[in-house]
This record gives sequence, C-alpha cells and structure tokens, in this order.
Amino acid sequence: MRAQARVLAEADGLGRTRLTVLRGESPLLLRRTGPRGGAGAVVHLVGGAAGPLRGDELSLTVEVGAGAWLEFRSVAASLALPGRPFLPASRLTVIATVASGGTLRYLPEPLIAAAGCDHVAVTRVDVEEGGSLLWRDDLVCGRHGEESGDVRADTTIRYAGRTVHRHELTVGPAAPGWSGAAVLGGGRAVGTVVATGPASETPADVPGLSTGSGIEPLAGDAAMMPLAGGGVLVTAVGADARQVAAVLDAYCAAHPTRHAARTAAPAAA
Amino acid sequence: MSLSTLLLLTDGRLPAGGHAHSGGLEAQVAAGRVGDVAALGGFLRGRLATGGLVSAAFAAAACGDVSRCGELDAGLDARTPSPALRKASRAQGRALLRAGRAMWSLSGAAGRDPHQPVALGVLAAAAGLGPGEAAVAAAHGTITGPASAAVRLLGLDPYAVHALLARLAPDCDRIAAVAAARYRDPVDDLPAAGAPLLDIGAEHHATWEVRLFAS
Repeated sequence: MRAQARVLAEADGLGRTRLTVLRGESPLLLRRTGPRGGAGAVVHLVGGAAGPLRGDELSLTVEVGAGAWLEFRSVAASLALPGRPFLPASRLTVIATVASGGTLRYLPEPLIAAAGCDHVAVTRVDVEEGGSLLWRDDLVCGRHGEESGDVRADTTIRYAGRTVHRHELTVGPAAPGWSGAAVLGGGRAVGTVVATGPASETPADVPGLSTGSGIEPLAGDAAMMPLAGGGVLVTAVGADARQVAAVLDAYCAAHPTRHAARTAAPAAA
Repeated sequence: MSLSTLLLLTDGRLPAGGHAHSGGLEAQVAAGRVGDVAALGGFLRGRLATGGLVSAAFAAAACGDVSRCGELDAGLDARTPSPALRKASRAQGRALLRAGRAMWSLSGAAGRDPHQPVALGVLAAAAGLGPGEAAVAAAHGTITGPASAAVRLLGLDPYAVHALLARLAPDCDRIAAVAAARYRDPVDDLPAAGAPLLDIGAEHHATWEVRLFAS
C-alpha cells in the first residue's frame, strides 16, 4: 500500500491558524479536531487500515508557516505488522518544516512493533530560526507478552540550518544487543521528546523533571539533556508504554509551546 | 600500513586516560543490569552496534580527510545528546591528542579537545594508517574499555571476559568494515545509532559523589 498525507498550517493574518491543506489517504487519514477559530489548530491522524505492513510506503508531510500553531496527534497507537515476508520493509517517512515564528507540537501515540514486523521510520524536521518545535516519538517493542519485531527509527532534526539531533534506534531480533544493558536493558518501551526553538529556552516546569538549573537527572530511567546545538532531549525507557508516558506526558503538557498565542494579529482597522 | 603501529593505537597501555572511563558500564552495574559475563555480553554487543559503529565511522572519516574534523566534531555533538557523554568524549579526545603529539606529527585540524573518535582519526592519519584501520581501532576501543572496567567493577573472571572479547572480535571487524565503507559520506548520512540507556545512565552517573570511573 502506498499512501501520502499532507497538512499545511498557516497564519491567517488575524491571529488564527488555518489549515490551507489537509489531505490524506488510507491509512493516513487526517482530521481537524478541537475548537475552530482559535489561535492554533489541532489535527488528528486517524488510522484507516491495518498496518503499516511489510511493503507499505507511507509519507506524511507537515508544514507550519510563520506565526501558525499546530498540534499533531493520533487517535490510537500505530501497529507495525509483519505482512508478506518477501516484501521490503514497511516505511513511514515524515517530513516536517516549521517557519520562523511558527510552532509545531508533534505528539502522536506510540508505534508498536508487533512480532515479525519489519518497519523503518524516517523523520526529517527542519525548523527555521525563531520557529518552535516539540517532537515526540514513542516506541513499544511488541504487544503484550510478545516478542518485538524489527523497527529502525532514523531521525534528523535541524534548527536554523544546523543538525541539532541525529539519532537512529534499532530494536528487534535483527539488532545486536538491542535488549542489552546499553540500549534498552530489557525495557519494552522507549520515548523521546526533542524541543528546539525560542520556547525551549524556558524549561518546562514539571515536578521532578526540571528545576531550571540545566541538567537535572530524573528518577528512574529518564533524563533531560540540553543538546549541544541548542534545545533539549528528554529520553525515557520503561517496562511498558505507561512508564514512558508518565515522564513524557508531563513534560509535553507543561512545555511553553502548549498555548497558541495570537501574536500575529495586526492592529484592528 | 604498519600492523605494529595499529597495535600501539589500540593498546590499553596507551597513556591516553582510557582506563578512567567505563564506557557507561559503571552506571548500568549500579542499576543492577550488569552483574555477570552474560549480561556484560549483552551490554558490549549493544554498545558495539551503536556507539561502536558511530565511533568507527567518524574515526574513519577523520582519518580519511583531516580537514573534515570540524564538521565531524559537530556531527558527533548532534549524535551525543548527553552533556556528560560529550564532556567525557572530549576529555578522552584531548588526552588522546596529547599522547599522539608525542608519538607522531599531528594535524592541528582537530582543535584542542575534539570528540574522541575525531582525535583517533587524526592520530591514525598521522601514523600512516587508513580509514579501515582507524575504524577497527575505534570499534575495538568501545568494547575493550568497558570489558576491562567490568573486571574491576564486578570482579569478573578475567579469562571469561577475554573469552567474550574473543567471541566479539568478528563482530568488531564487521562493524568496522561497515563503518569504514561509509567514510566519505556527508556527515548527516554517517551512522547515528544511539543507545538510550547509555545516555540516561551517563546523566545519572555524572551526579554521583563517589564513583570509580569518570564516565
């Protein structure tokens, strides 16, 4: 199955965000949710078919214009499934851009690597100087009581033309040592949030997560790490998705990008 | 290529401060994840496939063209989210350059305290080695360092630990070959395999008041 989806969020000049493009095809169906006429827009990905399955080639483009605010979510976890063994790995490519003064909160539900799946997730995000990004990726290694399938997540996040975060994570039987003590240590869930841009300069005020003093280790298997090129990475590893969500939900909910501000409004005539 | 020169570069007795670092093992021992040779094997396999691959690729790339040191160093910054690991890598890079300057005539392209793989590539180039050898030296270092730390931290049987290293040697060669084959790639395309628990563990470890290893 091949499918493409695209969302383009633009400021309307009156302090609101309009979705000038919102289109998708099964299994990447997009729906605008939440109240209309606000400063920001919320879009949900609604799964339109099982998968991704081996052989699927899915592509999602998310573009946020200057002054626009977009929160991207999904209604449910996505489940990578085996499909027919002679087909190539399923692939989801997500390309996102955020213009100066724009804000993107990309907060989908986890990807679950069902036993026998072979999936590649490629993410390329470009944030212009002055744009704000909150980018979350959660991965669960197998359904309950199941072995993990093979997933490779390949992520590049650039800010102002510089690569600030470049990360690959490979799990599953094809990845040597992935469940060893260096990578996930037997944990079945891992999640990351990358925050870049002006908003990430103000640390999120989350109890136990940050006191604003820079490096603040979290209890358990989580840490908040200031990136060398600016911005922050929060990483959590847990026995299940709930443990990871306990850390990352709180961070995302408290992050300064949570409110869309009507800053783009011109003076009333 | 001189085999003896390559052996010098990978020798644990090279006075470059490597013995002060456990490659993230001390944090995982404290977390209760590594207590025996089997768990050490899982740790080393994961480290080799992640940090080992990345180090080998960047050492090979720096060795192949020392004028790329600056962009390679920035590439490692983007691949090292943990400030504690960045600090540890730069401390080891600086120490390696110091040893290397005494041994060979080094290019100044790496600056004062580059990331360790960049420094290793610069030393390899100055020693007349090629990207393939630089990659082997880097991959080898990512498992032998923590292995010797394991003997000190856990009192593991040194014979059993070296038997493990012998079993991993073909994997080490394979990873190094994969890395070296990509040494001319643009920096963003070079390997970026990460290890979440090494990042998290390094951040916690850096706050300990008493520890045996610097990282």
